Amino acid sequence: MANNNVTTALKSCDDFDVESIRKDFPILNIKVGDKPLTYLDNAASSQMPQQVIDRWIHYQTAQHANINRAVHYLSEIATDAYEDARRKVQQFVNAREDREIIFTSGTTDSINLVMHGYGRQFIQADDEIILTTLEHHSNIVPWQMLAKEKGAVIRVVPVNDHGELDIDAYEKLFNERTKFVGLIHVSNALGTINPIKRMINYAHQQDIPVLIDGAQAAPHMAINVQDLDCDFYTFSAHKLCGPTGIGMLYGKSALLEAMQPFKGGGDMITSVTFEKTTYADIPHKFEAGTPPIAGAIGFGAAIDYLNMIGLDRIAAYESKLLDYATERFLDIKGAKILGTAAHKTAVLSFVLDGIHPHDIGTILNHDGIAIRTGHHCAQPVMQRFNVPATSRASFAFYNNESEVETLIKGIKAVQKVFL
Amino acid sequence: MDNTKSLYQEVILDHNRKPRNYGTLEHPSHHAVGHNPLCGDHLDLSLQVENDQINYIAFHGESCAICKASASMMTTAVKGKTRATAETLIEEFRQMAMGKLDLNHPHQLGRLTVFSGIRDLPTRVKCAILPWHTLHAALNALTSISTEADNDPIQSPSGNT
Ligand SMILES: Cc1ncc(COP(=O)(O)O)c(C=O)c1O
Repeated sequence: MANNNVTTALKSCDDFDVESIRKDFPILNIKVGDKPLTYLDNAASSQMPQQVIDRWIHYQTAQHANINRAVHYLSEIATDAYEDARRKVQQFVNAREDREIIFTSGTTDSINLVMHGYGRQFIQADDEIILTTLEHHSNIVPWQMLAKEKGAVIRVVPVNDHGELDIDAYEKLFNERTKFVGLIHVSNALGTINPIKRMINYAHQQDIPVLIDGAQAAPHMAINVQDLDCDFYTFSAHKLCGPTGIGMLYGKSALLEAMQPFKGGGDMITSVTFEKTTYADIPHKFEAGTPPIAGAIGFGAAIDYLNMIGLDRIAAYESKLLDYATERFLDIKGAKILGTAAHKTAVLSFVLDGIHPHDIGTILNHDGIAIRTGHHCAQPVMQRFNVPATSRASFAFYNNESEVETLIKGIKAVQKVFL
Repeated sequence: MDNTKSLYQEVILDHNRKPRNYGTLEHPSHHAVGHNPLCGDHLDLSLQVENDQINYIAFHGESCAICKASASMMTTAVKGKTRATAETLIEEFRQMAMGKLDLNHPHQLGRLTVFSGIRDLPTRVKCAILPWHTLHAALNALTSISTEADNDPIQSPSGNT
């Protein structure tokens, strides 16, 4: 995150050996029909390296049992591995304590947890919740459900034509009724990196807690929740070379302790009678039932893998790849990139004159190219830019320049079909 | 796979560039709007039906090439036909798009069989079917339909990430 880190990393970018990294990802060798796969849908879900697959297999072959319940050998190993994964996540985001990390099924689940556990307890009628135009539906819909239930109001931060948040407007939205702020760290539809540290700081001057949706940030840059001072931070493992069905929620311990549990059941209690239940301490208070143990362990392995490569090096490499792709895009007549923020992750959301995104996606698929077409679960962004849908190529650190060329060639071929 | 290119080349190009019966009718007797929430597409269809015969039909809207070509070809196929024939075509087209129609058996689809390849593109089946759903809705006085509606054979939530 610190700028000087990026500059030193950029210098070392030349030793970023993408070709040897690609060998870690078996799926990159598959064919789509007779074409090699060009996987550019990483913002939807990224691929898994062999190291994570191996860890998963090892767990299932030699370590699986339920956790926290039994005194037998396997249960102890599984419990240790699960809690070890929690510490990996803790260190990955630099949280103070491991009990501030809750395993959820993903970003969507985490936000719903905060809505139920915090929102329903602390947000009342006429209170205001600030969100941004860039939010993914998962950081809109839960708050709308809460607003409807409580009679609360949602206020929305506008974006400019580049897809950057209007920070002045954001600050003006605050008033004595403001009770909560939800911010997307990086836009999944446009790639905009939002100045969340500054925005968190402003909210805290008015004593308002802030939740950060980091689903599109954590895979691409080092996250430091203490430095950001956010109250909640969340992301999903599957966008970060890990498995589906698992994600994390960071919350400041004082807040998590004050919150009511989201789901009730086993593993989240210290005692139960029909008169009264005493809840377990955090994080277990929020992890009712048998969690995705294998998923958490795979999540931990994905973090190990990313750490081995280095988030700063990943950020530097991807930024170079984005510059390259953006420049190559100039070659395509009638193409317009949506989202031209000064600070962006490697996402190219685009529209082509006279060609519908779904036709683009279908024809590119014919050439083995996987991109996303549609509204990307961010319909307010589409409305802001007056398009029903876009085509989105989203890159990961295992993509290379020749894949950018394949994309450019593919798009030109699409245009030829429609000529 | 190869169906993709042939599908686009044979049909879409012509009907996408020069959609037939594109526009609106001044005094429609039947009208419906179809939506595809997956891509935000919509299709406005009006008809003039007299004595059970479709005398005029017109469509407009915003949609992908597959949807537009399907709508264009649909209008030419049902114009001048009876309601009953239109309903048969609707049913046959839907069955074909879902890969459930045996094209070796007698059917009335004629040139519309160029859309048979759509069954290999499950995410695009809705695009091809939308005009036909909309026609069905118009003929049965349902004013607005969506490909996400209950009667849709291919249920799937709208989009992701
Ligand atoms: C910015 C953003 N937030 C939230 C989500 C939801 O994540 P998940 O589907 O893993 O819960 C996604 C992606 O799907 C996303 O891109």
